[in-house]
Amino acid sequence: EVKRELDDDMLEQLEELLIASDMGVDTALRVTANIAEGRMGRRVSSREIKEMLAAEVARIMDTVARPMPLYPSKPQVVLVVGVNGSGKTTTIGKLASQFRAAGKSVVIAAGDTFRAAAVEQLQVWGERAGVPVLTAPEGSDPASLAFDAMTKAEADGADLLMIDTAGRLQNRQDLMEELAKIVRVIRKKDPDAPHNTLLVLDATTGQNAISQVETFQKLADVSGLVMTKLDGTAKGGILVSLADKFGLPIHAIGVGEQIDDLQPFDPEEFAAALTGLETS
Amino acid sequence: MFENLSERLSGVFDRLTKQGALSEDDVKTALREVRVALLEADVSLPVARDFVKAVQEKATGQAVTKSVTPGQQVVKIVHDELKSVLAGGDEADLGTLKIDNPPAPILMVGLQGSGKTTTTGKLAKRLTEKEGKRVLMASLDIYRPAAMQQLQVLGTQIGVDTLPIVAGESAVQIAKRAKQQATLGGYDVYMLDTAGRLQIDEVLMKEVEDVRDAVNPRETLLVVDGLTGQVAVEVAEEFDGKIGISGVVLTRMDGDGRGGAALSMRAVTGKPIKFVGLGEKMDALETFDPDRIAGRILGM
Ligand SMILES: Nc1nc2c(ncn2[C@@H]2O[C@H](COP(=O)(O)OP(=O)(O)OP(=O)(O)O)[C@@H](O)[C@H]2O)c(=O)[nH]1
Ligand SMILES: Nc1nc2c(ncn2[C@@H]2O[C@H](COP(=O)(O)OP(=O)(O)OP(=O)(O)O)[C@@H](O)[C@H]2O)c(=O)[nH]1
Ligand SMILES: [K+]
Ligand SMILES: [Mg+2]
Ligand SMILES: [Mg+2]
Repeated sequence: EVKRELDDDMLEQLEELLIASDMGVDTALRVTANIAEGRMGRRVSSREIKEMLAAEVARIMDTVARPMPLYPSKPQVVLVVGVNGSGKTTTIGKLASQFRAAGKSVVIAAGDTFRAAAVEQLQVWGERAGVPVLTAPEGSDPASLAFDAMTKAEADGADLLMIDTAGRLQNRQDLMEELAKIVRVIRKKDPDAPHNTLLVLDATTGQNAISQVETFQKLADVSGLVMTKLDGTAKGGILVSLADKFGLPIHAIGVGEQIDDLQPFDPEEFAAALTGLETS
Repeated sequence: MFENLSERLSGVFDRLTKQGALSEDDVKTALREVRVALLEADVSLPVARDFVKAVQEKATGQAVTKSVTPGQQVVKIVHDELKSVLAGGDEADLGTLKIDNPPAPILMVGLQGSGKTTTTGKLAKRLTEKEGKRVLMASLDIYRPAAMQQLQVLGTQIGVDTLPIVAGESAVQIAKRAKQQATLGGYDVYMLDTAGRLQIDEVLMKEVEDVRDAVNPRETLLVVDGLTGQVAVEVAEEFDGKIGISGVVLTRMDGDGRGGAALSMRAVTGKPIKFVGLGEKMDALETFDPDRIAGRILGM
């Protein structure tokens, strides 16, 4: 195997590899600097250098790889939020199916009362997952649907209530305030709810994901992340910056459009894919 | 969070007191900052690299006018170049669609969730209201739950006809039925909204190639999320290479993303960015404005 001296040129190539994964310039520089420390001038093969890089990324991501925590509260309320088209509704369908398979009783609330056929879309997912879907008419107040859904889920003794919301861009103050109101209304019923607020991020998103996490965390108290569409060629490198900046747990990743296409976040696998390291 | 380019460059040039012409070294130093600004705006790496090279050649040796600082001068050169790449010399083309020879088919393609269905509705509304066209919309999305209903609901909202939903047909069959109904029904335009697909999904890419061959679209529009990161280049290359696109629509430009995907798309495909989506409502669509997007990418 060809070995080359670890020099500035090689570091720049590594930086570019990371930037091309959407890691962002600052984080990419920091990660490569960590690799370089004490190793400049050493002779390394390209596999070795990728292994080092992957190990560094996996190390950063290790602390945030955590499944969605389950609580004894009945119902445990899971609010799902994010920008338009990120994969919220699909992820709810997948999660509902997983929880059902784990023996939990699940109820879904169709809190997107805005987008055309959003309710119908979720109803199909409810059928697929074998889970009831509570709905309200198009255009009605999502906060009052959330409140009614909590009452219903409580009465039914459901283990989990998953609430879908309409997609919204984080710079739309009116829509973010609508979301904050949903949270307030839920808390009237149960001060500990929502027990989980999942922000769904699309892997093809670039640096704007940072602003998404920042604002959704501020206004909706995000407790964990799900990244979808990692079955594409986007590497989701922004997650490394996010782990660095916010430390929010990453509960799962979406790897397709089918009901079983949701996996736990695996730092090693993620790092290998990000650095282009061929495994096994 | 993002420093804008002028600030970055003023920092660089404060250290340079020289006046006169921009030296190669000055330009190199400045362009390192430009490169970072582009990458932070999500311009894809190879595109940022080529862009910086082109600017380097243009800027080196240029005289610095008395009235501006070297930093301002470089910003202007960069901005002008960005604008000219984004406009691509066909400014007359922006905001117009080829819809002669009725019924003219328009094919909408793109990744999952990029905004195809919403944009189909927006364009149909625009063609109907601004250009007095009779438009028929059809959903070829036989996969995503309630995708067809979504288009149907939008059609009702905007008063545009949709092709009746028939279960069990393939995408190509629906496209042919749309063509037939558009012809018999005297429509000027028929719009084909397709299912979201990954550029690496061979089966689904083949499906949309077959649709293209069945109807011969006058326009094939790639609908791209304006918040897209580095993958923009690959998406543009694959969709253009396999299907052949005639233009791009950038959605979610009402967000606070910097929109670097616009440059990546334009540079890689050479195809015009025709419209930008600025919201979820059916009238939130505007003609692409290269000047504005150039400023936005540079954070100005
Ligand atoms: N390839 C792939 N597609 C996905 C994944 N998750 C969701 N999608 C697709 O992305 C598109 C958008 O998904 P939705 O679940 O409707 O997204 P949403 O966030 O609910 O969208 P809005 O409610 O309109 O804001 C659909 O076509 C999904 O099938 C994933 O992990 N991989
Ligand atoms: N803020 C904003 N939202 C948009 C824009 N265009 C589309 N959307 C929203 O983005 C989400 C996805 O849009 P769709 O039109 O369903 O996207 P699609 O490409 O048809 O999705 P699939 O068919 O699932 O692949 C919806 O919530 C839309 O309302 C836009 O320009 N701005
Ligand atoms: K991937
Ligand atoms: Mg949804
Ligand atoms: Mg669609």
